[in-house]
Amino acid sequence: MIIKNRTISDDNWTVFRLSGSDTPKSAVVPPGKIIVPLKVWQAQCDVLQARTGLGVWLASDERAEDLRNYLAKFSVIAVDFPKFSDGRGYTIAHHLRARLGYAGELRAIGDVLRDQMFYLQRVGFDAFVTRSDKDIGEALKGLNDFSFFYQASSDERLPLFRRVQRGGEL
Amino acid sequence: MYRYDQFDHQITAERVAQFRDQVRRRLSGELTEDEFRILRLQNGLYMQIHAYMLRIAVPYGLLSAQQMRMLASIARKYDRGCGHFSTRQNTQFNWIKLQEVPDILADLASVEMHANQTSGNCIRNITSDEFAGVARDEIVDPRPFAEILRQWSTFHPEFAYLPRKFKIAITGASEDRAATAVHDIGLVAVKDVQGEVGFRVLVGGGLGRTPILGTEICDFVPWQHAISYLESIVRVYNEYGRRDNMFKARIKILVKALGIGEFKRQVEADWQFTKNGPCTITVEELNRVAAFFTAPDYAQLPKHDAAIAAHQSENRAFSNWVQRNVKPHKVPGYAAVVLSLKKTGIAPGDATADQMDAAADLAERFSYGELRVTHMQNLVLADVKQSDLFDLWQAARERGMATPNIGLLTDIICCPGGDFCSLANARSIPLAKAIAERFDNLDFQHDIGEIELNMSGCMNACGHHHVGNIGILGVDKDGEEWYQVSIGGAQGNDSSLGKVIGRSFTFAQTPGVIARLLQVYVRERFDDERFIDTVRRIGHGPFKEHVYAALVEDDKALAGAEYALLQKGTPYDTPYYSPRF
Repeated sequence: MIIKNRTISDDNWTVFRLSGSDTPKSAVVPPGKIIVPLKVWQAQCDVLQARTGLGVWLASDERAEDLRNYLAKFSVIAVDFPKFSDGRGYTIAHHLRARLGYAGELRAIGDVLRDQMFYLQRVGFDAFVTRSDKDIGEALKGLNDFSFFYQASSDERLPLFRRVQRGGEL
Repeated sequence: MYRYDQFDHQITAERVAQFRDQVRRRLSGELTEDEFRILRLQNGLYMQIHAYMLRIAVPYGLLSAQQMRMLASIARKYDRGCGHFSTRQNTQFNWIKLQEVPDILADLASVEMHANQTSGNCIRNITSDEFAGVARDEIVDPRPFAEILRQWSTFHPEFAYLPRKFKIAITGASEDRAATAVHDIGLVAVKDVQGEVGFRVLVGGGLGRTPILGTEICDFVPWQHAISYLESIVRVYNEYGRRDNMFKARIKILVKALGIGEFKRQVEADWQFTKNGPCTITVEELNRVAAFFTAPDYAQLPKHDAAIAAHQSENRAFSNWVQRNVKPHKVPGYAAVVLSLKKTGIAPGDATADQMDAAADLAERFSYGELRVTHMQNLVLADVKQSDLFDLWQAARERGMATPNIGLLTDIICCPGGDFCSLANARSIPLAKAIAERFDNLDFQHDIGEIELNMSGCMNACGHHHVGNIGILGVDKDGEEWYQVSIGGAQGNDSSLGKVIGRSFTFAQTPGVIARLLQVYVRERFDDERFIDTVRRIGHGPFKEHVYAALVEDDKALAGAEYALLQKGTPYDTPYYSPRF
């Protein structure tokens, strides 16, 4: 299951992760709608270029910049959160959206939990595969924690002081 | 001071609701402690030895009388009648029940306060000069910028899960009273030759396990670009700061590893994408916020009040207080007054609910209803008529807030230490009390003059021991508490890090060690040379030699079983709900 466009739906993508003996070069990417690791994409670019319906995912220590020339190739880009407290994925999302202008689906995968949903959405994630042991319906509620926020980010290009007339009484 | 508009109110209310739900889910078991820990820390909630501790934000140290009364009310209603003012100008309560925290937050929200980001790996409460707006040496009032940055950093979506905590200090005066050099980012407001306001930006300072003074990354960032420039610094840190070792995760380690040149290059490479973008602060927004910090309606007064001079010559206690606790003000006939929270026998920075109420009353009676919390853990009334000083002194004295020791030996900075904190290696409050008792004699203190004694119960350095002229650090040796003593640290314009004098001491020896350091100072000083200047002139050698020349005797009273028992912490009966128990 996945949260997409603020609703819960079936997910027809599979995240491909390297297993023990695989190397990025040797790993066999199965057919179908697959989200491959950046390293596999880089190692097998020649072959994978020909496929349609391909996704790629970035680990939290990888760089959005490495996808600069290929953004149009992917139907989905995912960012992995090894732990919910690893905040690098937020800046990766910022770079993809603000600096590289990526406009396609950006999904958060890994340790994705309710209490991070609001910030994830703000920096540009629009799809969330929440951790499987948690209720995805509960997680959905996390998207509505706040109705206003001070900063500019991917969801709202203007900071509050440029967006509204400040100074009104309650 | 700044007042919330409808948006600030709504964001704060929604935060209370969000945290209320998080607490509910923790208590129902829906959230594990590991998941909840990081959420509660972002709300300043620590699990300490006896109970939860809640750290409430006092943005850049500014409080209204009404807010101070709310703190008093929280102390009575939810704590044991006492609060603690910290080196980050915040307020801490040590006896909090988890179940009651949402109600405390709702009470705080009713007076435009919160506990947002007072802990956790995010941007913390921004600290500033306690004399902002009234200091004679002020070039730019930092408060409007501090408020603009408070809003920017509050729930910043990209920077909630940084590698480690992130502290910003801002000052606008020629004397740095905000310790900008020991912050992750230090902002010094300056004017360029055209009179335009901007910031000299320091980065990578910090205390803790690896104390480092900040390095200048830019000598002038125009004020309009403060947000975008800071975002670029924090962004580079979020991407590249170490996450494999929490002791090497602060930005100072990254700046050292890359070198300031390369770090700056990366920051400015990011900045080129956002400079002049929507984050650029507008004149309208600056004016809107600055309008909250305009000067009050000062009276036209003579420069010096004759009656005060008369009181001073007649009354030595008052005169001592004026000398130490009354600070210059930019407006003739006014003064800024420091209410000391360092009375001997009291934990440094502690105030009872009654004292908080009294301080609020004094603020309303004498200082336009506003107070400030200082990073030295005292309170300030910033706008007092000199002609009111005698009345104020008498009233403050009745409440135990007029100890004339500001800047003196017993104006000790001290962390909660082993009595409360689960990180501590050693107790610090009882040692601070023991030192204060030993040197309680005011004449002696005035003779020693300006000196800063800072104490931390562990290397996390909440008591800023590295920048104390004398620093005391609690260390653990085979499960026993020992104290390492350093000298030569200083904060402010001429910041330096202290150096350890040698092997560590027992609890009962430490006051005697301080006495020996002071003996060397008294022997060696020129005229009115300060302790720190003597250390800098003659070096560590003479101090070391004298301290270690013969065994430092245990202070008998401190070594005695009775004292140890008394100070080992009260045997608290039932701990509040805490997964620890």
